[in-house]
Amino acid sequence: MNNGKRSRFLFTVTCFGMAFLYIPMIMLIVYSFNYSKIVPVWGGFSTRWYTVLFESEVVWKSVILSLKVATVNAFFATIIGTLAGLALVRFGRFKGRTLFSGMITAPLVMPEVITGLSLLLMFITLKELFGWPDKRGFTTITIAHITFSMAFVAVIIQSRLAGMAQDLEEAAQDLGAKPFRVLTDITLPLLAPGMLAGWLLAFTMSLDDLIIASFVSGPGAVTLPMLIYSRVRVGLRPDINALATIIILVVATGVLIAAWIMFRQQKQRQLELQMSDED
Amino acid sequence: MPDPSNYTDRPWMDPEAEPFIKVQSVSKHFGDFTAVDNVDLEIYKGELFSLLGGSGCGKTTLLRMLAGFETPSSGYIFIDGVNMNDVPPYERPINMMFQSYALFPHMNVEKNVAYGLRRDGIAGDEINQRVDDMLAMVELTQFRKRKPHQLSGGQRQRVALARALVKQPKVLLLDEPLAALDKRLRENTQFELMNIQDQLGVTFVVVTHDQEEAMTLSTRIAVMDAGRFMQIGTPTEIYEFPESRLVANFIGSANMFQGRITENGPDHVIVQCKQPDCEFYIDHGVSIQEGNKVWVAVRPEKITISSEASDYNGNNCIKGIVHDIGYLGKLSTYRVKTADETLIDVTSPNLARPKDGNLAMDWDDEVYLSWEASSAVVLTK
Ligand SMILES: Nc1ncnc2c1ncn2[C@@H]1O[C@H](COP(=O)(O)OP(=O)(O)OP(=O)(O)O)[C@@H](O)[C@H]1O
Ligand SMILES: [Mg+2]
Repeated sequence: MNNGKRSRFLFTVTCFGMAFLYIPMIMLIVYSFNYSKIVPVWGGFSTRWYTVLFESEVVWKSVILSLKVATVNAFFATIIGTLAGLALVRFGRFKGRTLFSGMITAPLVMPEVITGLSLLLMFITLKELFGWPDKRGFTTITIAHITFSMAFVAVIIQSRLAGMAQDLEEAAQDLGAKPFRVLTDITLPLLAPGMLAGWLLAFTMSLDDLIIASFVSGPGAVTLPMLIYSRVRVGLRPDINALATIIILVVATGVLIAAWIMFRQQKQRQLELQMSDED
Repeated sequence: MPDPSNYTDRPWMDPEAEPFIKVQSVSKHFGDFTAVDNVDLEIYKGELFSLLGGSGCGKTTLLRMLAGFETPSSGYIFIDGVNMNDVPPYERPINMMFQSYALFPHMNVEKNVAYGLRRDGIAGDEINQRVDDMLAMVELTQFRKRKPHQLSGGQRQRVALARALVKQPKVLLLDEPLAALDKRLRENTQFELMNIQDQLGVTFVVVTHDQEEAMTLSTRIAVMDAGRFMQIGTPTEIYEFPESRLVANFIGSANMFQGRITENGPDHVIVQCKQPDCEFYIDHGVSIQEGNKVWVAVRPEKITISSEASDYNGNNCIKGIVHDIGYLGKLSTYRVKTADETLIDVTSPNLARPKDGNLAMDWDDEVYLSWEASSAVVLTK
């Protein structure tokens, strides 16, 4: 009885929570298929806003810019983040390790406004001093994105490495593998799932970012979130609904893949743990 | 003058022989904890040297220093005359089997075993041949395509063993190599280890918890405690002439009685004990003053138990009653209580079949325990 009551209560709360989270998104998706030009008025089903979207050069330009930034960012963030993670976990207690480890996690908690502002300041100073970057846009946004997303990659890699027994690398060395071979034969293959998850995370975070990009971007370089934000500031627009729907789809796919990789990794680790427990 | 021809089996007796592994006053500290405390060790070519000791006494740490994963905090390690202190693990002529096995989870059994050979740049055909032979030896041929997590504990252990053995290094370090194997496989593998040692002249350093294994396998045994060697010697020496109570208790079991030396002759000593209240006559001299506190150790199987009094010089004989009996098939163990409540363990072979299902001795029987003057050992620490 009591149990039944409680579970009904939990069920209600869960439903409310879910509704709160997803009704806005579902509305967005539904209204993106609205024929009417005035968003809240239902004028019948149509895909005309998708057509409008695909015919808009500005939208295409920003999509391409965003994807380019996200891809390049994910690539470099994964490499640098992995190296940072390796340095933190595997190279013993080098001088300044604690400072380094603290500094690498700082961007995770720093307000984005601050990160964006400081990066903008840096770019302006650099331009004063060296004449580079002469024009803010793709390069500056990418650099800015790398600085914060590599921190996330480093954290993922760090936790993966900490869970990975060091004796595997020692065993490889013992069997005659030089340190570089150990890295390519043992460490990196075992880190691959973590790196892939890191890549996806860096990619989606870059795609998501509005604030930092707005700070460090220059005239003419408009990322997708910037475009959306600037357009809806003057009122809801059905073509932006269509655009948002597409983004939701892409991001959801990315998150699902990343979650799946993490899940598999978790299972693998449990198996390894079981292995060592049996003995 | 000892016979020089004996040296082939016992190189450590040969004053001319050069040790193959030489550990020279090596210590290892972790912070302010001392895991290995100023040890010296010489291991000769072709030996099967066992490290025995309780958990946490520093066995793995010592092996890891030999393999090059830990640098000694002080001291030197020489292998084949070369100072190893600055030689990285991948250049040492040593392979190690890890206590945790450390199998590569992303490679199957075959690739795990072949990994070391690949790194040495050996031709593909030869690699295949040697991997096949090795897998056949450890009876894993049908599992060659499996990943480590698809194997049982004992199978994984065999993969680890095969991976270390296949490279035929000059020195093999084995950290508890046979712990997870069943009796038959363990005996086969022991036999195979001895074979490999014979054929290839590999020098083995084996860590084990299993003293029986150490006794049957080793040329010499080192008993470790708290980072130090308590005693190094052949299995017989360690068993028959332990130098301390710790060693006597660690290898086999022993009855230990505290007492004082009342007579110290060149060829015998007499020790007066309080519990049990009797004099022990021991036929080897000790270099210790009369009146000093010592311990007398007598192994349970060296004590004769009988229901009639017998006499060895009037000493080394105690009366008691049977307190407990354990029937172990080949042997029985008796726990005998003397008049002053001391408990003495005795093992005695069951030669005849128990009559009417009864053993020769029964609970609360009055019995006499006796042993020869050569069976007891005087220990000073
Ligand atoms: N990296 C380390 N840092 C600090 N202490 C350590 C480290 N490695 C080992 N020790 C300590 O050194 C001691 C010896 O460890 P070691 O692994 O050599 O023991 P062992 O004799 O192999 O024990 P077991 O039989 O349980 O394997 C232990 O007390 C252990 O806690
Ligand atoms: Mg150990």
